[in-house]
Amino acid sequence: MMSRSSLALAMLAVAAVTGCTSLGVKPWQRDVLARQEMQLDSDPLDAAIDDHMYFSKEASSGGRSFAGGGCGCN
Amino acid sequence: MIRRSMRHLGLFVCLLWGFLVQADAGLDLNAFQGRVVYLDFWASWCGPCRQSFPWMEILKDTYGAQGLEIVAVNVDRDRADADKFLHQFHPTFDLRFDPQGDLAERYKVQGMPSSMLIDRHGVTRFIHVGFRPADVRLYEAQVRELLAEK
Repeated sequence: MMSRSSLALAMLAVAAVTGCTSLGVKPWQRDVLARQEMQLDSDPLDAAIDDHMYFSKEASSGGRSFAGGGCGCN
Repeated sequence: MIRRSMRHLGLFVCLLWGFLVQADAGLDLNAFQGRVVYLDFWASWCGPCRQSFPWMEILKDTYGAQGLEIVAVNVDRDRADADKFLHQFHPTFDLRFDPQGDLAERYKVQGMPSSMLIDRHGVTRFIHVGFRPADVRLYEAQVRELLAEK
């Protein structure tokens, strides 16, 4: 049977996992998500130009996020 | 013996800490028993709210005497943002502030803005997600329907 300390550790690990139960942003928190600092790419124009270059050189595109989102109302 | 029970108590408190320290913005709908409540969740960053506020003012003027109560709950994290918005619109209806989002969580707000129509017995009858001026006629019809009920 498991030792007491490893059982306690296992229980703690299971309890810690519950921190992931509420993923994602709530609808009323969308203002924080829409902030400039929270965007996935720092410069959408740069990202678009990079994407064009990769498409031209590698004949493939995508694999990156797209800018957008807005405030999420309506 | 006491040490062991203290340890158990400590564990108990740790496990239930979340429940023990619940700080709810608290909206006691019992205070509005007998009145129809239009519960609206708004924010300063919400564009459609700029359209809904003047309309809610009209709603209050038109149906307030018949038993309609408007409660507008703000979900801004920063009170200053909300005050800026209020400075522009000067609403006369009931305002609540829910910066932690407890009330929004309790009413399971799906999008911004959201409004719930609660009848005279405290039962939520209509839920509106989003606000579009074209829907105003429908909302008013719903309000009239609930006001007509005893």
